[in-house]
Parts: sequence; structure tokens; C-alpha cells
Amino acid sequence: MKHLVLAAGLLGATAAYADTPELIVYTYDSFVSDWGPGPAVEKAFEATCGCDLKLVGAGDGAALLARVKLEGARSDADVVLGLDTNLTAAAKETGLFADHSVSADYALPFAWEDATFAPYDWGYFAFVHKADAVAPQNFGELAASDLKIVIQDPRSSTPGLGLLMWVKAAYGDKAPEVWDGLADNVLTVTKGWSEAYGLFLEGEADMVLSYTTSPAYHLIAEEDASKAAAVFDEGHYMQVEVAGKLANSDQPELADQFLAFMVSDAFQSVIPTTNWMYPAVTPAEGLPKGFETLVSPEKSLLLSEDEAAALRDVALDEWLTALSR
Amino acid sequence: MADRAQPLRSRWGLGVAACVAALILGALAAVVWRAEVGRGIGPADWAAIRFTLMQAVLSALFSVVLAVPVARALARRRFVGRRVLIALMGAPFILPVIVAILGILAVFGRSGWLSDLLGLFGFEPLQIYGLHGVVLAHVFFNLPLATRLILQGWQEIPAERFRLAAQINADRRAMWQLLEAPMLRQVVPGALAVVFAICLSSFAVALTLGGGPRATTIELAIYQAFRFDFDLARAALLSGVQLLLTGAAALVALRVATGEGFGAGLDRPVRRWDGQGALARVLDGTCLIAAALFLLLPLSAIVIAGLPGLLSMGASVWLAAGNSVLIAGVSTLVLLAIALPMAVAVALGRGGLVELSGLLGLAVSPLVIGTGLFILIYPVADPFALALPVTAVVNALMSLPFALRILIPRVREVLARYGRLSLSLDMRGGVFLRRVLLPRLRPQIGFAAGLAAALSMGDLGVIALFADSETATLPLQIYRLMGAYRMEAASGGALLLLCLSMGAFYILDRGGRRHAET
Repeated sequence: MKHLVLAAGLLGATAAYADTPELIVYTYDSFVSDWGPGPAVEKAFEATCGCDLKLVGAGDGAALLARVKLEGARSDADVVLGLDTNLTAAAKETGLFADHSVSADYALPFAWEDATFAPYDWGYFAFVHKADAVAPQNFGELAASDLKIVIQDPRSSTPGLGLLMWVKAAYGDKAPEVWDGLADNVLTVTKGWSEAYGLFLEGEADMVLSYTTSPAYHLIAEEDASKAAAVFDEGHYMQVEVAGKLANSDQPELADQFLAFMVSDAFQSVIPTTNWMYPAVTPAEGLPKGFETLVSPEKSLLLSEDEAAALRDVALDEWLTALSR
Repeated sequence: MADRAQPLRSRWGLGVAACVAALILGALAAVVWRAEVGRGIGPADWAAIRFTLMQAVLSALFSVVLAVPVARALARRRFVGRRVLIALMGAPFILPVIVAILGILAVFGRSGWLSDLLGLFGFEPLQIYGLHGVVLAHVFFNLPLATRLILQGWQEIPAERFRLAAQINADRRAMWQLLEAPMLRQVVPGALAVVFAICLSSFAVALTLGGGPRATTIELAIYQAFRFDFDLARAALLSGVQLLLTGAAALVALRVATGEGFGAGLDRPVRRWDGQGALARVLDGTCLIAAALFLLLPLSAIVIAGLPGLLSMGASVWLAAGNSVLIAGVSTLVLLAIALPMAVAVALGRGGLVELSGLLGLAVSPLVIGTGLFILIYPVADPFALALPVTAVVNALMSLPFALRILIPRVREVLARYGRLSLSLDMRGGVFLRRVLLPRLRPQIGFAAGLAAALSMGDLGVIALFADSETATLPLQIYRLMGAYRMEAASGGALLLLCLSMGAFYILDRGGRRHAET
């Protein structure tokens, strides 16, 4: 008899557990880490959704897309969060994503019109340098200087790909000449952002490819004002980070609910000081103190996802050719 | 049959080797199976193959050639701190690449200690980025491993041989011709092949210190095929190329490494009567000091950078450290369960294929093994639930080639010398294993286990593909900290990793050699 009671209890417990729906969100590693937005987002969403939010980290944005492609239609994921506009064309091509129903008053420098992906944060790529050093005003000055920069390999890193698109968006067909000029300034190329930023902090290079918001981390979290981002007069390429729901999600309503939550204040207000990017929707309390010190480019550059997809291989070839000489 | 005249059978080893080969080749096949028709290998890939070969050959040559005098000095000298030096020298090998690179740059970089020193005398800072930087870093990683493999060769010469050599008053040249040269001929090719295979799959080192896309390796091309183009066919093809190159190197090494062992001794501690002249002392001393400086300065830079961060790391880092210790423990046990039967099978003369299947773990890119396993596991189980066991098994496979190189010569020797005696006493199977083989193999088992534990502790390969937010290993957590700008905490994590790996290595390695050579 005792066994029966126990078994019934266990079954009941399992059933109760199964009643809590699970929403699985694939994202990049730094989002889920203790220092990223993950923990705060999970807590806030679970407080409202009556569900269990499971954030799964899978490398960076490009690895995330590869992961979704690998799993295909059978994927357990309901939402993918962390692609950028250089990857969305390829993501749509898989046919795995469904349209979203999010609308918000975005604080982006341009109107957002994408039926499949909704943005949650954005930033400008920029070269970060020591605040007391004189920084070049554009790629031409950088090429003419003997400053040494560290950049990321576009084949293994999303910022690296962003820089390719930056030069392409600013110079179009003249991009190969720009890279020719820059070749002797490139101290080295790293696998990912962490390696490059580490080299810069070690004092190996004068500048590193990162974001205009990077100095905010040092200022706010470390009370260190010694880093600055250089403003280039060609304009700065933007990275817009987006999320979309998967067509085969077994929790489509929850996925929609999560995407709506994503542009709400509870989510957006943690972005600036955890992901160190600009929130897609300005939080009610505005940006945290310290963000007003950041440089703001006069001109923002962004290729449409189709242009970016079409130029990707050409730009990579030009880059490889110039830097392999 | 070779089996009949021996107290052990090779069946187990053959079975295990078949499983290992099936697992790795199965993973590769799974990637091929999922692939759609891709681009194939282009001119850029050929350039990558050429560069990979060149840097791997140079790295292997420099690592092993420099390791010979260091190993010789360690074999001839007894001094305070020798054990610690040997253990410390194992450290670079198991560090996450980015940590080791930052350590090297703190010494050899543009604003490193050496450049600062040169600056005092009005010289330009060092220029480390380029092929020489890649080779320098690979020597930093692999010199210790090569030294240990060669040192072991020296230690396997029975003490009686040295006693005999001393009795007949063998001079330096005779010593070289009778003992050292034949030993090196046996050990060096294997060491070269192992270092070559390690450098073949190098990627972040080559890219970062190579200075740019000129330094593209096959592994980066695989990464690109997988991540940038999602061209699984090309990833598998390139992985096949890597496999062929490693296999070819291994075959050459096995062919070249011939010669009989040195006969049985009474397992006495080795005493050396040679190398007591002033010149030899100065030479050995110089080698040891140079090697110690080369390896220990970057390590000290890591320690110095890590100390302030140790307290600011947070609970998740300690949790990740716990995961890493767990994985390292399981992985070491798995490794021994695989490596011992395989070593016996090789020693019984079933060499070639068994040893080749042992090398597969190094030869196939971790990214491809991980992806392949993911494809295989995904339909039947939750990959996240299996993250830790899969990582432990794959890590064991990665250290298998080292373990085999360490175990095989000794197993072969024990079987050759005690096999018939044991048979005549009707000691076979388990009894032979417990009474004869394992006790004599203890130092080698300790070394192999220590290396496996340390390697597994520092490995980042497969876990990155399987881990969810809760299951991270320490190296992965270090990368996450860096990705969140927390360089100080990341340095602390790196120091913790260094201590854990060295601790594991030291305990296992010492445990194996408790009675020998104090």
C-alpha cells in the first residue's frame, strides 16, 4: 500500500511539474552568464509568465545560427535571441522562423521594419583606445598613422564581420584600397572579441575593435575613465541584436509573450549595464548615469540584411587579399 | 599467434580500440551524413593546409630538439626543487589558449618585460607577431611535454646499465653510442609525431600570434566552414585532410622508432656516474635555467595577474571549478580503462591499427567530433543532460595518444622480460596484471593519469557545444568572464585553473613514482 501512495505522490508531483510550461530560449554565452542580462531577465519574466524560462547559451551569434541549423525543425528551442542583422538573411532562409507580433517605440536611429525578427539592443562598432591618446578621425587617418590595432577574424567572430561591413558600407567598391592602407596597422587578428580586448588591455595594441559603449563598462563598473572610443567621420556601422520565434515552437503563445516582454521596461532596463549596449527601447528611467559621457557618431551606417548577405563573401575575399600580402 | 606465448591477451585492447575508432569516425561520418553538397576545398584552404604543415613541422622540430638537452640534464642531475620543476613544466600544456598567450605576451610582447628591459638600453620592443611567434608559443606549450616523454625514455634505461657503463669506465662518447643514442632513436620519433599532431589542430594560437589571416590553419578553415558558411561537407573534408596528415606522421614515427629495449633491471633507483665533469655541469645547468626561465616567467605573469582577481570571482566560478574537477576525474578513469588494454594489445604486436585509432582523438578536430556527437545524440537524448559525460569521454580520447606513448614502451618491456617467466609459473590474466605488470607500470600510469587529468581540466573543446547556462567548466567560465569585460576575475579563474591542473598532475604523477628516484 505504502508503495502505491508513494507512486501516486510521485505521479502527482510530476504532473504538477509538467503543468508549468517550459520556454526554451537559445542565446549567446555572455547573455546567460552571471554577469550578463540572463539572470535578471529570467527572474522578471518568470514572475509574470507562470512558466519556466530556460536560457541556453551556445557560443556567439554565428554559433547560435549554426546550432539552430544543425537541429533543424526538431529543435527544442522556442525563441532564438542574439542574431544580428548580418545573420538574419541566412536565418530567414532556413524557413525555421515565424513572424512576430511585437510593436514598440524603438530608440533606434532608423525605423525598424522586420516581420520576423524584433530588436532588443544595438550599438556602434568603434575603436577603443586609451583616453589620453590622440585618436584618428577616420579610416584614412588611421591608415596613415603608425597606430597598431587588434581586430577579430570575420570568419570566427561577429564583431570581425561587423568591421568588414563597416568598411564596405562606408567605402563600397573602394574597400580593398582602405584595407590595403590599414594592413600595416593591423597588429594581429584574433578568434573572438575576448582575445582582442584582452590584448588591448595588456597594452599590446593602441586600439581594439569593440563598441562605443565599451568605455561605459570601465566607467560605471570599475570607475575608470581611462578608456574612450574614437569617432570616425565616415560614420559608424551598427550592430542591431535581434530575437525571433521558431515556427515549430511548442509554446507559440509563450514565445510571443516573451518577445513582447523583451521590449518592455523590465527587460530593457537591465541591458545597458549587463550587455553594455544601447537598449532598443529607452527605459522609463532613461539610460544609466555614465552613458551620457559616451561618444555619439553623427552618422550611423547599416547595410540591409540582403545587402549584407550579398556582400559577405566579396568583403571577406577583399579582406583576405589585402591582409595576406 | 603472438597471443599464445604471453600471459595476457590482446582481445580486450582490440575491442576497445575498435570502439574508440567507431566513436570518432562515427562522429565524422555523422557530419558527412548531415552535409549538403558544399563548395569543396578551395585555394584558400590549400594555403591554410600549407601554413598548418609548415608551422606544425617547425614547432615539432624546435620543441623536441630543445627538449633533448633539457631532458638529459634532468636525467643526470639531482637537485633541490627538481620534482617541482618537472611538475611546473607540465603547466603550460593545460592552460586555456588565451591565458597562455597573455602570459607569453606579458614576457615577450610589445609592452612585455623583455621589451621593457630592451627599452632601457635603447632597443626597439620585440616583434612577436608572425610565424616565429606561433612557433615560440607552440614550443612554450609543447617543450614540457616533449621533455617529459624523452626524460621517461632516459628513466627506462635500467639502473644496472648505468652501473655497468660506469664499471667499464665508459666515456661520454661510448655512453652516447651505447645507451643514449639508441634510446633517443626510439623515443624521439614518437615525441615528434605527438607534438606535430597537437600543433596541426592549433587555431587560436596561430591566428593571434601569427598576425593575421596569413596564419590561417586547417582548424580555422573548419571553423569557418562550420560557422561562417555552414558547409558541413567542407568541414568534414578538411577534417579528413587533418586526419590524413596526422596519420601519415604517426606511420612515419612508428616506422622510424625501432630498436630493442634495454633489458630488465631490478627496478632500483637510477644512479648516474657520468656527466660529473665541470663542462657537463655547466651545460646541464644552463639548459635547465634557460628552460625554467622560458617556461616559468610567463607562468609567473599569469600568477601575478591572477592574484588580485581570486577573491572577486563569485560562486559560479567555484561551481565551474567543481565541474572541471569532476570531469577531470571521470575522464582520467575512462582514459586508463581505454589506454591500458590498448597499450597491452600494441605491446603484444597488434601495433599499427590500435595505435592509429588511439591517435584519432588528436587527429579529428574537436569541433567536428563535438558536432558529430551532437548530431548522433540529438535524436535519442537531450544533449544538455549529457554535457558532462560526453565531455569526460571526449577528453579521455584527446589524451589517449599521449597515454599510449607513455605506456607502450614500458608494457612492451615488461612483457618481453617477464612474459615467459610468468607463463612458466602459470601466472596469467588478472594475476599477472596485479603482480607483475601494474606494479612495474605505476610511474607510467601516474604520469599518464596526471597528464589526462590536467589536460581535461583545461579543455574547452566539446563542452562549449553542449553546455547550457548551468553546466560550465572552468575554462568556459573564464571565457565568459572575459566576454563580460571582467578581465581581473578571468585572470583569477586562470590562476585557479593553473593550481587545480598542476595539483592534479602533481598528485597523480607523484603517486605513481612514490618509491623511485628521490
